[in-house]
Amino acid sequence: MMLAMLGEAWRAMGANRLRTLLTMLGMVIGVGAVVLMMSIGQGAQYAIKQTIAAMGSNLFVLLSGSTTSGGVRSGGGGNLTLTVGDADAITELPGVQAVAPIHPGNAQVVYGPNNWNTSIIGTTPDYLEARSWPVVSGSAFTDSDVRSATRVALIGKTAAENLFGSEEPVGKTFRIRQSPFTVLGTLAAKGQGMDGRDQDDTIIIPLTTAQRQVFGSQFQGSVRMIMVQTATQEIMPAVEKSMTDLLRQRHRIREGMDNDFFLRNLTAAADSAEESTRVMSLLLGAIASVSLLVGGIGIMNIMLVSVTERTREIGIRMAIGARENDILLQFLLEAIIISVIGCFIGLLLGIGGALLANTLTGTMVIISASSVVVAFSVAAIVGIFFGFYPAHKAAQLDPIEALRYQ
Amino acid sequence: MGDPVIRIEGLHKSYVTSAGLFPALKDVSLSIEAGEFVAIMGPSGSGKSTFMNLLGCLDKPSAGRYVLDGRDVAELSKDELALLRNRTIGFVFQGFNLLPRMTLLENVALPLIYCGEGREERQRRAHELLGKVGLEGYAASMPNKISGGQQQRVAIARALVNRPRLLLADEPTGNLDSKTSEEIMALFEDLNREGITIVLVTHEADIAQHAKRQVKFYDGHIVSDQATHQQEATA
Repeated sequence: MMLAMLGEAWRAMGANRLRTLLTMLGMVIGVGAVVLMMSIGQGAQYAIKQTIAAMGSNLFVLLSGSTTSGGVRSGGGGNLTLTVGDADAITELPGVQAVAPIHPGNAQVVYGPNNWNTSIIGTTPDYLEARSWPVVSGSAFTDSDVRSATRVALIGKTAAENLFGSEEPVGKTFRIRQSPFTVLGTLAAKGQGMDGRDQDDTIIIPLTTAQRQVFGSQFQGSVRMIMVQTATQEIMPAVEKSMTDLLRQRHRIREGMDNDFFLRNLTAAADSAEESTRVMSLLLGAIASVSLLVGGIGIMNIMLVSVTERTREIGIRMAIGARENDILLQFLLEAIIISVIGCFIGLLLGIGGALLANTLTGTMVIISASSVVVAFSVAAIVGIFFGFYPAHKAAQLDPIEALRYQ
Repeated sequence: MGDPVIRIEGLHKSYVTSAGLFPALKDVSLSIEAGEFVAIMGPSGSGKSTFMNLLGCLDKPSAGRYVLDGRDVAELSKDELALLRNRTIGFVFQGFNLLPRMTLLENVALPLIYCGEGREERQRRAHELLGKVGLEGYAASMPNKISGGQQQRVAIARALVNRPRLLLADEPTGNLDSKTSEEIMALFEDLNREGITIVLVTHEADIAQHAKRQVKFYDGHIVSDQATHQQEATA
């Protein structure tokens, strides 16, 4: 019975191929747009998530702040107000997992005939933990390297490629400015940071080595920034408060005076970026859904025309024993078949479009099973929803009137 | 002969028109026994088409009783009426009313779809009926490729495919020339001899001569109801 009806629906669609195809086109475009937009949106969300994961989670950055001396205010980091002692004190706060004082800079590095200008980060082993940055070959330096200011280095992927080419860097000795350094390990590739800079173009050395031997520093205990990681995201506000109180107390800042440091929540910035991407992909999906709606209305329109054209046929069918439900089902099936076939073609086009966008522009796209399922179920629902009214209208025809219809 | 196939008592049918209530049938009573061949006659507007629609369960009476095959039509649901049209009644129309996009075989098999027969049984019965009306070789043809007389034969095959007790024919020869009309009427007579009850609407007296009984309508009433005198039949 169902099979016979499917056959009839197929035949009816075949009787007016151009019209069927044009009706289908509405669904094709609608589903294609939804799939494409969802792929791009989910790709963007994924890319942001990757960036956040690469940056490290639950991170604060403390920057040495401005001090006012004789009415002249220096900018952030201009004065090294933070100290290693501050970092040690913060380590004692509850909820703090890793604390890494950082002394950054840029320097020319030399290995044999190669030289390269790269960013140098002087820090402690905690830094790698805070940034979830594993060493892929060799090993990391230790707290004892920091205490004794040894000349050892961890090298990022980009810096390693530029300095050592195809050679294995671990164990090699190179020079930062004039001082020789031994490569202890190479770092995992991290890719672009939030600001678009290549995070792998970096060399990490012990904090003390950076302060004393590479950059020099007026005050040996001072650092430009401190990276702080909390155990969980939930306790970040509490840690922010206790850290601020601690530093104000240590820096003897009186009530009502400005902080001489800046505290930034890196995760919050990333979270808001993720949130805005999520909203954007929702918005894209919503816009694409409108075209799906328009496609559905197209189906309803054509089905109404079809019912009117086939009034006499409906009358004949009723006269030979078709029940209302038989007629209803017949027209509903047609609408659903058009929707589902249109949906299938749209799905292919949407996926093709997403892959094309990926190839042409390098945009990250994700074709998830969920977007395929959503597109298919929406198509079936659109078919039923917009096919129901015309089918109902057909089923409610008076057989006598329908038979008389010319 | 047992219970009549059709028993009608005090049937009324009115239509609502812009000019008010229009009574198309007024107090019609009629009984048709199994195996009868009845011609319903009358000028246009006499109510014979309305009467046929009621007989065919396409419409419900405004008042009165219509008992078809032992069941009171007024008490039946729409689906039960559809079932009656499918199983108990076979329709033959003036305009043949074959579905143009289907082959003759599919046209004949169509009623079987609505009673849920399987594909093989549908094909077998449709072939059998096409053979019965002499069109076995045309199973795969389309309706617009054959003559009017052949189309009407296909329509009759379709009407009979579900083995109905009652065949209703509304001006079945109205679109046919006189020679073809005679052939169709001969087919009806054969079918009637096999035991199918036939009710035929016509306004042509020579067509009505093929029936065994003639009922004349005028202005919504039955004005005469008598057996056909076969010896008076003209060719």
